[in-house]
Order: sequence, then structure tokens, then C-alpha cells
Amino acid sequence: MAAVSQLQRQFIEYTSSLYNEGYLDDQFTQLQKLQDESNPDFVVEVVSLFFEDSEKLLNNLATALQQKIVDYKQVDSHVHQFKGSSSSIGAQRVTNVCVHFRNCCEEKNLDGCLRCLQQVKHEYILVRNKLEALFRLEQQILQAGGSIPMME
Amino acid sequence: MSAEYHEEDVPHVLAVDDNIIDRKLVEKLLKTSSCRVTTAENGMRALEYLGLRENHQQNHCNNNGSKVNMIITDYCMPGMTGYELLQKIKESSVLKDVPVVIMSSENVETRMNECLEMGAQTFMLKPLKLADVKKLRHQLTT
Repeated sequence: MAAVSQLQRQFIEYTSSLYNEGYLDDQFTQLQKLQDESNPDFVVEVVSLFFEDSEKLLNNLATALQQKIVDYKQVDSHVHQFKGSSSSIGAQRVTNVCVHFRNCCEEKNLDGCLRCLQQVKHEYILVRNKLEALFRLEQQILQAGGSIPMME
Repeated sequence: MSAEYHEEDVPHVLAVDDNIIDRKLVEKLLKTSSCRVTTAENGMRALEYLGLRENHQQNHCNNNGSKVNMIITDYCMPGMTGYELLQKIKESSVLKDVPVVIMSSENVETRMNECLEMGAQTFMLKPLKLADVKKLRHQLTT
């Protein structure tokens, strides 16, 4: 049981750091609240959808910004999607970059957009890695026979 | 006090959103609040489901014959916006009394006013919280 409580402590510390460092916000907690016995994998399912969707959006953004004549409305539309989905799962830092990105689209600022694309990709990869680590920790706890601590 | 939910007692909500993550989320929020949910990915599909196609008005029962008690739709959607969908619903003699809720990630007062003026029941900010949806659900039965 020592292993379980150690893992649980790690989980609590890791989760807290994700909130403190702004990777996740309250919306992620909302997702966890929706998980129950009838849908025990809800958070992983939603987050997996987010990963898939994000990767598509990042590709679409790169393509759109590579065009000889950039269609900023199209770029903005992709960023809008990205802003929405990241906000829905609580990936705060990704959402914040998207806000800035939309401003660059409005200004038709190509350099700004390219920088934002790099930034948003970076933040996305960071949060993806952190969420994957979190889910791995959860699996370890469950496999050791423990339960996932509820974060308030 | 326990309540037994019969098919007819559970409100049937049609949720419309072009974003796949938001669709999954709103579906779960509604199911957790004891609603039966059907989702649609855009306004056209929503209208088809409701039995309204262009100007043809069919009966208010959809293909499955199950009545919709509320429609919740995103505002920003490609093709037909949530506002345009709201408009079409309000223009329909069979559907105009079905409450329509508009969701938006942007808190734009003019947008909110225009939707309320068109007859939307409520305007909700995304991302939706469970407390908001539960309140909505409660309003459906009172």
C-alpha cells in the first residue's frame, strides 16, 4: 500500500503544478466531474479527441499560412476552432495563444501569425505531454489497486 | 425521494455544434443532467432532424417520432449560424414554441441581444459548466 499512497501523492502534486503553472484551468476539473461509473473513461476520451482534432488543425494552419496568398479568414477559422476546443478541455495556455493568434489574423500580420503558429504548437505539445503523463500516473495508481484522488 | 424516469418524463434535447469536442461535452453535460440527447454537427442536419427542410414543414416528430423538448446550439457555425437556425425554428409554426438556447465562446452584447430578440430562451457562454446545464434542465420542467 506504500506504493499506492506514494503514487497518489505524486498525482496530487503533479496535478496541482499543472493548475499552478497555468497549463490547465477549472474547465479540466469540470471534465473530471463528469466522469462516473457509467462513463469511466470520459476524460481520456475527450482529451484524445482534442489531440486528434488539434493535430489536424495544426496541419491545416501550416498549409494555410504557406499559401502564396494567405486567406486570413480561413486561418482565423482554424484558430477559432482551436481556441474553442482548447478552452473546452481547460488547456489554458493553448487558448491564450489562440487569442493572440486571432489578433494577428485580423491584422493580416503574416509574421505574427507564423510566430503564433510556432507558439501554439509548442504549447499544445507541452500540454499533450503533461496530460499523457497524468493519465499514465492514473493508470499506475489503478493498477496498484488504488483510487484516483479527487482534486478540489 | 426517488424518481422513476419514464421515457416521456426525460426531456429530449437536440444539441448542435460543429466542434466535435464541444458536441461530446454538451452531450455528457445534458445526459448527466438527466436528458436524452441527439447531436447534430450543423444547422442543416439539425433542420433535417427536426423535419424542417428549406420551406417544407413536416410534422414536429422527426424520423424516430420522438419530440424535441429543447434545442441548444452553438452560435458560430459554418454554413448556417446558430442565429439563422434559431430564426428558421421560430418561423416554423410547429417548432416555434420549442425553447432554443444559444451558446457562444464570445461574450458580445449585440450578439446576445439579437438572439434574445429573435426569441432565444437563453444565451450561454462557453465552455459550459455542469451547474449551468443543471439550471437549464430545471427550467425545462417548471
